[in-house]
Order: sequence, then structure tokens, then C-alpha cells
Amino acid sequence: MTAAVDARVVVEVGELALDVELRLEPGEVLAVVGPNGAGKTTLLRALAGLLPVDDGFVRLGGRAVDDPAGGALVPPEQRSVGMVFQQYHLFPHLSALDNVAFGLRARRVARAEARRRAGEWLERLGIGPVADRVPARLSGGQAQRVALARALATDPVLLLLDEPLAALDAASRPAMRRELRRYLGAFGGATVIVTHDPLDAAVLASRIVVLEAGRVVQAGTPDAIAARPRSRYVADLVGTNLLAGVARGPDVALAGGAVVRVAEAFDGDALVVIPPRAVALHPDEPAGSPRNVWPMKVAGIDTVGDRVRVELTGPLRLVAEITPAAATELGLAEGRALWAAVKATEVDAFPA
Amino acid sequence: MNRPVGRDGPARWGQARRTRRGRLRRGRRPPWPALAVAAVTVAFVVLPLVGLLQRAAWSDLARDLTAPEARDALRLSLVTSVAAAALSVLFGLPLAWVLARVRFPGRALVRALTVLPMVVPPVVGGVALLLAFGRRGLVGSHLHDWFGLQLTFSTAGAVMAETFVALPFFVITVEAALRSVDPGYEEAASTLGSGRAATFRRVTLPLIAPSVAAGAALAWARALGEFGATITFAGNIQGRTQTLPLAVYLLLDTRPDVAVALSLVLLFVCAVVLVALRDRWLGAVPR
Repeated sequence: MTAAVDARVVVEVGELALDVELRLEPGEVLAVVGPNGAGKTTLLRALAGLLPVDDGFVRLGGRAVDDPAGGALVPPEQRSVGMVFQQYHLFPHLSALDNVAFGLRARRVARAEARRRAGEWLERLGIGPVADRVPARLSGGQAQRVALARALATDPVLLLLDEPLAALDAASRPAMRRELRRYLGAFGGATVIVTHDPLDAAVLASRIVVLEAGRVVQAGTPDAIAARPRSRYVADLVGTNLLAGVARGPDVALAGGAVVRVAEAFDGDALVVIPPRAVALHPDEPAGSPRNVWPMKVAGIDTVGDRVRVELTGPLRLVAEITPAAATELGLAEGRALWAAVKATEVDAFPA
Repeated sequence: MNRPVGRDGPARWGQARRTRRGRLRRGRRPPWPALAVAAVTVAFVVLPLVGLLQRAAWSDLARDLTAPEARDALRLSLVTSVAAAALSVLFGLPLAWVLARVRFPGRALVRALTVLPMVVPPVVGGVALLLAFGRRGLVGSHLHDWFGLQLTFSTAGAVMAETFVALPFFVITVEAALRSVDPGYEEAASTLGSGRAATFRRVTLPLIAPSVAAGAALAWARALGEFGATITFAGNIQGRTQTLPLAVYLLLDTRPDVAVALSLVLLFVCAVVLVALRDRWLGAVPR
């Protein structure tokens, strides 16, 4: 199968020296995470054609669109790329409908047909009723959907999302994240998402690339990276416990049978986030306040920076982060049996 | 605004101390020398206008404005100023775009040169035009020899003189607007498959439309009031190059009532333009 994206992006902009290789199959979703200034957006811009690469190449659907050695440089308007900008950049003088129809009109689809198809996209994203509004009169979530519809309407080979959820308020983010996962699942092309939220990456992407100072420091599935982060930064960013289950009230039943008590109560599919630092380890069963106590076995020990990451198996898989002193005190070794405790208030749960 | 008095410093006296109804609030008073000088300055600007309004023969206004010289001047000024504004848009838009979007060596110099007519005395501009496009001028001699074209003493010459002084107003207004447009919109359009020309037409131009209109209105008002360059380059021929300001100046001796009536027309037009642009120019004053 022809890769949707096959690229080596080498760009120097100011302080940043970006050098990243990417390969995505159609239907695949890749999350690019990293600190500010790591080159995430620059990478997207190079793929979109808004910035030519200094070296390397960009091939979309098997077609060379940027190849400094061969002299080829296809401008953005002739690449099959859809981009959702962080600030959306919806055209302020056009209605939501005409924003979505813009790409089709640019591709010489007749006006009536373009508007009809744009209307279908708005319906599909559940914002049909706001079709006639200009962007200034859209809520953040609506603007997000219009931007997504606009990018998807041209049926691109590659969809680029720059911090797609960053402009939303915290309350509307989980629902939009869930929706976005649904749309991306139905999208036939490849998707690259830039984000600084590990939850976005874990929920939306099948693979994660961690960028630091223009270089890939780690790549793999969200699970693999969360379990074995290779640097302090990656551990902080994505090295968190993300568990799927079904919520009933304040209890979330995980697939493996364990139950996690969480702070907020709701019903339905849920994602549970337990920060590794919130996991306390005890040699004996602790008494007192923690609601979540499980008997575990040490499956692996890893030192990352000034912290020890302990992989645990038992009723659930869990990573704990403790200080080297605590590790010594506990006499940690692989196979050692101990108790893991997490306060319900330290657990974040999201409807999935 | 109910800001605490005195917090915003001397530049804020009036606003800090006024309630919404405009009543002065108790507290520190503005310094009286500043108020006195400000009042004198306002009087200096307003008194001539009062003089003009007071001297006007209102009852004979219709008759004065339909005098042959007046009618010719009104018609000619309308034609030439609209033509000059149109030419300013036509040539100014690409120039503004190049100045705003294309990096090239000497861009600052080119920008300075294009706004030069704003500060050069119009008579000097007229002399310069004469030396370039006059019958014996740098370019004008060729125009005359090859095409039989003569710009001096023609309506085309009047349009040219007006365009010369009006163009910079349009260019700087639109260039500023182009600079303030977030390039993200144009980038978004390009990722949606829109080429550069289509993007300019369908995205950039609608975004800067208010500034294009404002620039055109300013250019038009400036063209309408043009005197020095026109009389120097195009001359003063009734019905052909004698525009409103020229007519006002010359009729002041022979038919002062008509001159005053025409002045009122110009004043009225300027007031209308000012009111139309108030959001952009007066509203731009920081509050």
C-alpha cells in the first residue's frame, strides 16, 4: 500500500533545527507531542507546504510534493492536505456554510453543489443549525467543528490538526475529544495531530512521536510510551496511567475486573487517568482513607531522572513514581508483592 | 468610566474625571493653562469656518451654484476627482500589496518615495509633473512626438495632478490594512486549494474592504481639494482644468458670492467624508 505520508522534514527556523522522519498509512492517526518550540507546528507547516523543507523530502500519497534535491515544490493549494489551525482562521466574512464550501469552490465545484456538500458536513458534525452564522457568532466548540468540517470537506489525503482542542475551555474539551476520535475513525486519510495534552494523544492517536528541540526523542504506541518513557520530560508528558472502563456513579469498572473509585460521578464509558506520582506503595495493606487499594506485584523498575518508575501488575496495570529513598526503604525488586493505594481525589475520570 | 481619579496620569484627565453624563467629578482639576491654550486652538480652527458660514449668501445659494463657472467647476471636479480616486485604487492596490507582502531591497526607500507627494508642496509636485510629463518633459516630449498626446492644459492632466497627490493616501491606508491581516487566513485558504489570485480576491480583499473604501474616500477628498499641482501642471481653463478649488480662488475677486458658495460645497463634502470615516479616524483615538 502507498503510504499517505512519507517524509523527512529538515528545516531550520531561527533557533530551531528540525529533523524528523515520518511515515503514515492511510487511516492512521499520529500524535506529535513536545514542549513549546520543539518544532511541532513547523513540522505541520512543512507537510502542508506553508514552509519549504531545507533538506529531505515530502511525499503525499506517493507523490513528491517537496524535494529540494529534485527541485520539486508543490504549493499548499495543489497538495491534498486539510489543516485545522490552532486559532481556526475561519474566514470572518463568510458564514459557517461558506467557510466549509470554500475548499470545494476553490476546486471549481459549482456553487450550489459546494454549498449542498458543505451543508452535509455541518449536519454530520451536528452544527447544521448554525450554517448561516459568521464565525464571530459561533461558540468555541462550533468554530472547532466548522474548522474541522472545512478541512475534511475537500477529502484530503492528509489531515493536519494543530492543537485542535487547545482553544476550547476545559469543560467542553472531553466531549469534543470524544467526537474528534469518532470523526478521525471514520476518516480515510492519514492524520497528524499536534498537541501538548497527553490525553489527546492517547485517546486520538494510534502512534505518538515525542519531539524535543527538533528531534524525535521517542516514538511508539501511547501504551508503550506511557509505560516506558525514555526521558524525564516524556515521563512527565505522557508517562501517566490511562485506563479504560465503564463508570457507574463514582466507580469505574476496568476491563480487567478492578474497580477505581473516582471523585466525580457519571455513567457510561470512561477514561481514568492516574498520575504515577499519586500512586503510593505500601509493604502491607494500608488502613485509612485511600479508597483504591490493590495488591500488586512489581513487574519492572526504571530510573528516570531523579525518580524511580515502578511497573506494577495485579488486578490492573499501573505505574508508580517514587523517590529513590522510598524505593530503597521498600526493598523494591522485581516480583516483590506490595500494596498500591490511590486517593479518589487524585484520579481524573472523563466520559469516553 | 468610573476609574479612580488620578490613576491614569496626565493624559487621562478628562476621562478619569468625567462620569458617563459628562459631569465633572470632584477631585483634581485639569491645569488651567492647558485648558486655555486648548480653547484658543479650537477657536483658531473653528473661527474661519464660522466666517465662511456667516458670509454665505444662503438665499442665493442655488443661483450662485448654477452660475456657468460654478457649474463647470462642479462637473469637472466631480469627474476628475472620481477618476483620480479610481486610478488611485487601480494602481495603489497592487503597490500597497507589494509594499506589504514582498520583501525586496530598498523597500523602505520605495515606500518613502510613494508617500513623498503627501509632504511635498503641491506646487512643487506640479512643477515636477511638468518637467516629466509636460510637452518638453522627460516622458511628455515622447508622448507628444509619438502619440500626439498632450497632458498639460487637458482634463487628463488635471486628473493626473490629482492622482499624484491623492495616491499616497490610498496606498498607506491599504498597506497598513494589509499588514494587519493575519497571514493565517491566507494560509488557510491555500491549504483549502485556493491559488494566490483567488485568495486575494476571495479572502484578503473582503478582509481589507473597509480600509480600501476609507483609502478611496481619503484619496477622493484629497483629489477634490487639489489646487497647487493642478494649476501648475494642467493650468486654469474653465470647463477643462478649472476644478473647484481653482474656481474658488479666481472667483474670489470677481464673484465672491459664487466663491463662497463653492467653498461651502467643498466644506460640506469634507465634513461628510470625515463623518463617514469617523470610526476609523476619530474612533482610533485611544480611550
